Amino acid sequence: MNRLVSRSALLSATRCFSRTSEVSGKQTCLIETHKKHGGKLVEFAGYDMPTQYADLSIKESTIHTRKHVSLFDVSHMLQTHITGKDRVAFIESLTTADVQGLQENSGTLSVFTNDKGGIKDDLIIMKTDKDFLFLVTNAGCIDKDLPYLLENAAAWRSKGKDVKIETLDNRGLVAVQGPEMAKVLQEGTEIDLSKLTFMKTIVGTVFGIEGCRVTRCGYTGEDGVEISVDPTKAEQLVERLLASQAGKVKLAGLGARDALRLEAGLCLYGSDIDENTTPIEAGLAFVVAKRRRETLDFPGAEKIVKQLKEKSWPKRRVGLIAPAGRCPRSHLPLIDPLDKCALGFVTSGCPSPTLGKNIAIAYVDKSHSKEGTKFIVDFGAKQAPVEVVKMPFVPTNYYTGKK
Amino acid sequence: MNLSIRLLHLHVLSSKFSIHLPEMSFLSRLIPAATARTAVRFASSGRYYTKKHEWITVDKSVGTVGITDFATEQLGDVVFIELPEAGAEIEKGESTGAVESVKAASDIYAPVSGKVLEKNTKLEDEPGIINKSPLEKGWLYKVEIKSVDQLKELLSEEQYNTFKEEEEAAH
Repeated sequence: MNRLVSRSALLSATRCFSRTSEVSGKQTCLIETHKKHGGKLVEFAGYDMPTQYADLSIKESTIHTRKHVSLFDVSHMLQTHITGKDRVAFIESLTTADVQGLQENSGTLSVFTNDKGGIKDDLIIMKTDKDFLFLVTNAGCIDKDLPYLLENAAAWRSKGKDVKIETLDNRGLVAVQGPEMAKVLQEGTEIDLSKLTFMKTIVGTVFGIEGCRVTRCGYTGEDGVEISVDPTKAEQLVERLLASQAGKVKLAGLGARDALRLEAGLCLYGSDIDENTTPIEAGLAFVVAKRRRETLDFPGAEKIVKQLKEKSWPKRRVGLIAPAGRCPRSHLPLIDPLDKCALGFVTSGCPSPTLGKNIAIAYVDKSHSKEGTKFIVDFGAKQAPVEVVKMPFVPTNYYTGKK
Repeated sequence: MNLSIRLLHLHVLSSKFSIHLPEMSFLSRLIPAATARTAVRFASSGRYYTKKHEWITVDKSVGTVGITDFATEQLGDVVFIELPEAGAEIEKGESTGAVESVKAASDIYAPVSGKVLEKNTKLEDEPGIINKSPLEKGWLYKVEIKSVDQLKELLSEEQYNTFKEEEEAAH
């Protein structure tokens, strides 16, 4: 059981996890809520975060989220306002998004790219109807994202431009995810959730708490929102949601969050995407906005657009599925069943609680990335067959308002 | 606590070293002769541990191997267990299978060398048994122990508990 106690493998799909017997890192505004509800705390991206709570196992919590609704504390993520009249041009200079083309109070997933076309981080950009953009970036990337934003903003200002970065330190962020979300939340807010479609954002009062920013998005594949809330009111928000009679609401931790995002085929930064992966290789071409493919004015644009136009990406992110058995997990090599050539490697994987099969995300040579391609995953002493399938593994249920 | 006394007693009986003798006399003062014999028999079903969170109980030369409750708590719901086949020769310290949960995968290492007599096939159909009963119904396999001397290299319950606490504190 050696790998069990090794820091990096305890939760192999989420590399930054390490176990803590006592709290030791930074804490979010919901730390007391986690303790009160029996959260098993681990250190994640420098924060003491729950992997799961006393009442449900990770498997049960994953299935609960798909059937009902779960609350996730994601306050460890960095929330930032970008102000100033040049804010749109500024954020476009660093990302692949068409923020100019976004309607007010709507947003997009995007990526910060580097000069090689690799991904510095993934982020959500919301264009509000006020005088700022609202950004949510990964907790694990705070140390590089924040200086990057600050330095670039300073450089812009030195050229006479108007842009300012304001981080919302310690502000709460609660993800409410699952098919019963709207029923549960609608009871406590005057915001018309039927009009708040996927990737729209609005500020309103939720369960008596003023100034909540509610954004229809998430990281589970289910319908859901993320609520940015005053840190002193975050616990009240969570407790009011938990007490709802309109749906079955439970707290969920990082363990379920990781299984859910994998089932939805969503990337974990640092595992499935990084500085050496372009958005095209990652199968995220949709984040490179049409207009930006023409203007070519973001870092690494030429390489990224060349890959797109010439279909010349050398490797590709794919989904893998395998029957129950040993599960393909991060770093394991993938081998051609015939000539035994190594053709790629797994970047994250877990037994899917919803499907009862093993699922994984991997990078393989472009020539072997077609649906139906078979590989052998090499565990060392053992091998097991896997097959390339389309992602998401579990159908997503985003609320687009169409249906 | 009781268990560690019993294990100590077993060591006394299986060891020629006189260093254990004071312990024995300490025990024999506490336990009447007849009970002491029961304790000896009982001691042979005491549990030994590895630093990799496996346990083994021993009846004569047959060992029953499993993983600890600490290990199963860390793993969470086990969804798959790979076991060694009956007849397989295993070497102490070698990987003899694996446990998979949603959260993590872990190898299972052999606490002693020997020949696998039987595997717990119930675990293959219902791996969750190992979470419910890691020390009893969730046993993994039975092994014909090659050398009982190898047991001396394993940890007693008390030593294992101390080790486990140190591990937790270190993380």
